[in-house]
Amino acid sequence: MSFRDNPFGELKVPLTWAAAIALIVAVVAATAILLSDRRETFKAEAYGVSRKASDTVLAPVGDVLAAPSRWTGAGVDTLSDYFAAGSQNADLKAQLKVMKQWRDVAIALKDENARYKTLLGLKTDPPIPMVAARIVTDSRGPFADTRLANTGAEHGVKVGNPVMSENGLVGRVIGVTGGASRVLLLTDIASRTPVMIDRTNARAILTGDGGPNPRLDYLRGHDPIREGDRLLTSGDGGVVPRGLPVGTAVKGLDGRWRVVLASDKAPIDFVRILLFQDFTQVVNQKALSETPVPPPTAGPNGADPAKASESPAPAPVTKAAAAPLTAAAAGAPSKPKISDPANGQTKPAAATASPTVKKTDASAKPALPAKPKPKPPVDGAQP
Amino acid sequence: MSGARPLEPWRWLGVPMLQALTATVLFGIPLRIFDLQLPEPVFPLSLAFAWAVIRPSILAPFAILVMGLFLDLFWGGPMGLWALCLLIAYGVALAGRNMMAGQSRLILWAWYGLTVATALVAGYLFVMLDSRSSPGLIPIAWQFLATIVLYPFSQRLIDLFEDADVRFR
Repeated sequence: MSFRDNPFGELKVPLTWAAAIALIVAVVAATAILLSDRRETFKAEAYGVSRKASDTVLAPVGDVLAAPSRWTGAGVDTLSDYFAAGSQNADLKAQLKVMKQWRDVAIALKDENARYKTLLGLKTDPPIPMVAARIVTDSRGPFADTRLANTGAEHGVKVGNPVMSENGLVGRVIGVTGGASRVLLLTDIASRTPVMIDRTNARAILTGDGGPNPRLDYLRGHDPIREGDRLLTSGDGGVVPRGLPVGTAVKGLDGRWRVVLASDKAPIDFVRILLFQDFTQVVNQKALSETPVPPPTAGPNGADPAKASESPAPAPVTKAAAAPLTAAAAGAPSKPKISDPANGQTKPAAATASPTVKKTDASAKPALPAKPKPKPPVDGAQP
Repeated sequence: MSGARPLEPWRWLGVPMLQALTATVLFGIPLRIFDLQLPEPVFPLSLAFAWAVIRPSILAPFAILVMGLFLDLFWGGPMGLWALCLLIAYGVALAGRNMMAGQSRLILWAWYGLTVATALVAGYLFVMLDSRSSPGLIPIAWQFLATIVLYPFSQRLIDLFEDADVRFR
């Protein structure tokens, strides 16, 4: 039978063309949606109504669906605890022995720290409030690694809040709605977290790539990292507080430094959302921008600098702006010096890469003498 | 003239779509046993392939668009990413439909693998442009493997509906 003899042959071509046109229309719509997406900005307003609505619906659904897995996990844990009680008891006794020594070290260091803080007049960080949440859905593909937690705006959760498990940093909140928060994991391709290597204080950016071990980018310095080094959040940029445990460094198969996340030690079922506000959220940006610009200083061919210094300085608006002026009036050195923990010498702060010493504080007070870093206690030895 | 009876969209589009989305939600449960997590296959890709093989349709691209947007909402990725990847995979399968006609299951499986690979490569490129960073290839390979084993579901759908309308045999 020829094509023309087939009574349905002529129907085939128009429908194929119509299907192709429908496909093109759908592709154009998807492209427009993708181009208009602003997920990478991680701003509250960029999260969108559709995402908020879907999270509101998905959180209770995921909570119900995840219940059997939670019960199963709890049952397995109970059984394994029961059968492994003897060996666990021996392990815990050994751990307790070490921890008691660490407790003594911690008490001594706490006291020492308190004295130094008093001497320096440091403004320490206030304690960070936190809320607990349960993870109800989980995505772990190469293009998106997020989790949905069942606590939201009603408990004060905001976009940008860091999220921790009992073992370490998990990620941060990128979307909040009533009763649910979307957590961007450290492994997500869009995740960037400023971290520091605990041993050397060197800085890096933890960059997710969709895999279980995010890589370390922008590592600087000579031999800044070694296998097994502990990584903490650096607090740079004010996104996350300083000192949260992140993981340990490993050399990846591709030759790049990667991190075995501390939060991967155990299933992430319950998390703590730190209601942390960074500096840009706390400070009054309007007042800062209204600070009057100081008049230009006298040049080499201009007026006498002594006369220039006699001219009244503009009144600072904030306390932060007043601090350097006070320090200058007290005759503090122009280049603040800090102690070098490696050799006990002092060197200009500008020569160091560590941003932890603020020029304002260091110039206001004289530098402390170098003090050796406390060593961890050896098993069996009293600190 | 029963052979010309139109296929009801809810049977070959609606019900499989709901099944794929339900499976996606079930695999999104945070379950970890003995330090192993559930894989994350892209269930709608098996539908995108099967629908293209069964017959050209005006509704199928929009059903795929809806499924892709659901994946983006559920997985928290860039909005429109999976919608576009699924549509590209559907377009590839639709373009090769005449070549697939009458082929054995193994060859169709290879075509399905090619379709899945196209979707993941497209996703890789779009994500790279969006986040200005390259996604890891190993997680993509895992997702590819987890998705190509879903071919029997595609084959079952093809077997059920390929001969349902003789105009498209």
